[in-house]
Amino acid sequence: MSAVATRTPSSRTTPSRPDRPRRRSRASIRRKAVNYSVRYLLLAFVFVLLAGPFIWQFGTSLKGPAESIFTANPFPVAPTADNYVAVAETIPVFRYIGNSLIVATSSAVLNCIFASLAGYVLARIRFRGRTLVDILFLATIIIPFEVIMVSVFLTSRSLGLVDSLMGVILPAAATGLSILIMRTAFSSLPKEIEEAAMIDGASDWQRFLRVALPSVKGSLMVVAIFAFVFAWDDFLWPLVILKDPSNYTLTVGIQYLSGTFTSNQRVVAAGTMIAVLPLLLLFFALQRWFFRGVGEGGIKG
Amino acid sequence: MKAQYRWLPWVFLAPALAIALIFHIGPFLNTLVLSFTDATTLGGGTFTGVENYAALLSDPQFWTSVRNTLLYAVVVVPLLMLLPLLLAVLVEKNLPGIGFFRSVFYSPVVASMVVVGLIWTWLLSSDGAVNRVLQALRIVQEPLPFLTDTSLLLFSCMLVTVWKGLGYYMVIYLAALGNVPQHLHEAAQVDGAGGARRFWSITLPGVRSTMFLVGLLGAIASMKVFAEIFVISSGTAGPGGQARTLVYTIREVGLGLSGEIGYASAMSLALFVLTIGFSILYLRSQRMEQTR
Repeated sequence: MSAVATRTPSSRTTPSRPDRPRRRSRASIRRKAVNYSVRYLLLAFVFVLLAGPFIWQFGTSLKGPAESIFTANPFPVAPTADNYVAVAETIPVFRYIGNSLIVATSSAVLNCIFASLAGYVLARIRFRGRTLVDILFLATIIIPFEVIMVSVFLTSRSLGLVDSLMGVILPAAATGLSILIMRTAFSSLPKEIEEAAMIDGASDWQRFLRVALPSVKGSLMVVAIFAFVFAWDDFLWPLVILKDPSNYTLTVGIQYLSGTFTSNQRVVAAGTMIAVLPLLLLFFALQRWFFRGVGEGGIKG
Repeated sequence: MKAQYRWLPWVFLAPALAIALIFHIGPFLNTLVLSFTDATTLGGGTFTGVENYAALLSDPQFWTSVRNTLLYAVVVVPLLMLLPLLLAVLVEKNLPGIGFFRSVFYSPVVASMVVVGLIWTWLLSSDGAVNRVLQALRIVQEPLPFLTDTSLLLFSCMLVTVWKGLGYYMVIYLAALGNVPQHLHEAAQVDGAGGARRFWSITLPGVRSTMFLVGLLGAIASMKVFAEIFVISSGTAGPGGQARTLVYTIREVGLGLSGEIGYASAMSLALFVLTIGFSILYLRSQRMEQTR
């Protein structure tokens, strides 16, 4: 699992060229040039396919009513923020942003705390009932949330969590995947340091907090990012548990905006940009953690 | 020292275990029980035996959902097994700027399905970019009704699922490609094997097990499709709700106005059986691989 993780895509080195380029013929140079051009052409093609829709949408969100949004030119001649203002006038978008931030941040923090506590115990301590606990956490990974969604709603309702952000947060506050990642991280630490700390008289709690936890910062980062992004992007569960439009998270709110209030594509485009730009910035700032997370979580998916 | 190990693990485990029990294990058992009752959101719930399951068998809405969900897997899984692999091969080599391309190709994964769905709803509308391109290339005369025709709507959603998933599986394949021995490629090159030949004879066998894994992940994801359908059809699942998937129907039946919890629970277990079925198929195929 971690063997996959250490191989982040950008860490691959170019195989150093064996020392036989002296006799490289002109034909082979030409072949190489063609090869490179084809590759970059293909890359550009895929770029248009995968980034194009975002760019197009971003351009549309900046176009005023006078500009056609059907032309091949995605970029506005006279960029305007009017559409963003229109979003704020139609739905309580700042409230939605706040709700999404609360939900995503709480989910990240809670997953880090709960999963590292559980992961540490499962990795380090032998105790009666461990196999049962293992099976329980494994079951939470295997059972898709969609299967139990209706019953989770009933449980949340009897706990008084309907229409509250707590109700959005709690079911995913300690996912099986987070626990698995932390458990794997702690298992791969050398035991000796903790044993030394124990001889020095450190308590279990100190060993966990001062010795083990600082050594798994990378995995904590992965857990935090994945929990944050998942919570920010999630649609189905907030849609189920939140009833009052003033409590919506951003994803539900944006869908509400386009479904209920407006067919003005410029405004919808502005709404989607509000929901996606913060995440794209986060991603480009912290990309290596995202890729590492796919490695650690990919086994489960 | 030993004595405190009786309670210490449980203190550490308590929060995670509580969430697992309250929000996962408990509801799963509850779903099992409720599926044999006629419970609704308003309460009630007398034991009705296998009545819900019997009703499922003759419910056209259920079968439409199952058919669409399976169709989804049949189309999406092969595409997700192949296209991201080609993409990974494309970005594998260390060219200048390749890190930038990898990141951009991954960016749809980061976006919410709601955002992606709304963007594509716009691109696929009757005067949207896709229809304009198709018309400009003289492939079609009239704009295609991507969003209003049931089959085309389903197809559009599949396209969106694949589009959003490409980057994720690309990264999984990149890790696998790193484990394909480079010397095999070099040896084949010396023997005069071209790119296509090497892809077929070296790359494909090298990432075989990863392909199976990607297939499984894609199949499970297909079983859970909801947001694409909901967003792209603006919450209607197409004309007459004919483009519905299982999760769409479960939500509508169990959490909609009628709130037939018992019936929705039976449907949920059907979804569970499908999902687990793919995992079992996968494990079988893995075992056969090993005994080969």
